[in-house]
Amino acid sequence: MIPAPFEYHQPSSVAEALQMLTRLPEAKLLAGGHSLLPMMKLRLVSPTHVVDLGRIEALRFIRQEGQTIVVGALATHWMVESSDVVRRTVPMLGETAARIGDVQVRNAGTIGGSLAHADPAADYPAAILALDAQMVAQNSRGRRTIPAGEFFTGLFSTALAADEILVEVRVPVPSGRSGSAYMKFAHPASGFAVVGVAALITVDGQGRCAGARVGVTGVGPVAYRPARVENSLKGAALDEKTVEAAAEPAAEGVNVNEDLFASAEYRAHLARVFTKRAVLAAAQRAK
Amino acid sequence: MAHAIAVTVNGTTHRHEVEARLLLVYYLREVLALTGTHIGCDTTSCGACTIIMNGQAVKSCTLLAVQADGAQILTVEGLAQNGTLHPIQEGFWEEHGLQCGFCTPGMMLAAVQLLARNPNPTDEEIRHGLDGNLCRCTGYQHIVNSVKYAARKLAEQRLPAIPTPHAAEAKTR
Repeated sequence: MIPAPFEYHQPSSVAEALQMLTRLPEAKLLAGGHSLLPMMKLRLVSPTHVVDLGRIEALRFIRQEGQTIVVGALATHWMVESSDVVRRTVPMLGETAARIGDVQVRNAGTIGGSLAHADPAADYPAAILALDAQMVAQNSRGRRTIPAGEFFTGLFSTALAADEILVEVRVPVPSGRSGSAYMKFAHPASGFAVVGVAALITVDGQGRCAGARVGVTGVGPVAYRPARVENSLKGAALDEKTVEAAAEPAAEGVNVNEDLFASAEYRAHLARVFTKRAVLAAAQRAK
Repeated sequence: MAHAIAVTVNGTTHRHEVEARLLLVYYLREVLALTGTHIGCDTTSCGACTIIMNGQAVKSCTLLAVQADGAQILTVEGLAQNGTLHPIQEGFWEEHGLQCGFCTPGMMLAAVQLLARNPNPTDEEIRHGLDGNLCRCTGYQHIVNSVKYAARKLAEQRLPAIPTPHAAEAKTR
């Protein structure tokens, strides 16, 4: 399969890429290309201009700035998965990256590309929500920060404006006695998340839940935090029975996805089961 | 519009003017006539088109040739050195790691990526490392045995899994 013809542009800096985006508002941004190129090959999209960000090495990094882990938009899933800094400070982000696709996909795909594409079955959105990360978007006038909770606006849609590039993901290092986990039911063929749940659990001195953030992907048109699950976990004991009851509304109020592989009912069931498992695993690691 | 690219494949630098939409796998097969890299699913699933680019295994059906400008590429044709099979090739031979052979080039390149990162993998780690490659003949057990054979041989001979100069993996931490 061969994509339709397009004009190819290869900026070497963010500033140059932003100029191109201003000049060519219909251009598509190419990062690792592992979402865009398959879509172009299937001619689901046929952009007239493609701006390849792949040469902007300044966006390919992972570093710690105080209590924040900053991941450049072009960091590959493999970089996130294998990063010592990530493993030490926000291990769930690395755990999530390691569950994406396969080795070759993780060598090429990027965190910025995945987040900006906002596939409803992508893995990162769950982790980004549970970690309460901030997305840094840049346009020719400057940068702004978008909280994870406001970033995903709909199916394949984000809060990024047409003239903006996602340049960084800023992940706060969890404080206190906390543990985290990402649990996924992968589609056996595609590897995408039929359901993926990320949980960050903080425990108090008595081993009860002091705080819970949960991110759910694959279930609805957009990744979300199940508020009622988080609220009922707060102050609760973290035993299996209590957590199972707390996970009950994991898909409540969500327009649950349905496809040939999983009915809405089955997916909602998986959302409850994987929420329970992720919370229990996170709690275990917090102790 | 044509784009000038320079790509080093198995140690030889090639310069061509290519159309932006030309996929890397077609560049290798049809422009360079290196047909050892196969096209299976053409949808980033089967891994038959796997190559090593700048030290990392990637699926060449999901890359544009222009993205490979300046890259160091290793394809199956570059595995043997001076007429001597690479240990992974020897492993597939000795352990019956192939039947029809269609998946084999991609399988071997994914395997050398795995061995470069993890020289002594367990069976489970091998299966996980080859997750992006499909074989429809063997049931995988003989492929796992082949990779273990290569791991032993590389350790014995103290050889890098990815032959130099292809070994330079971009700094990742």
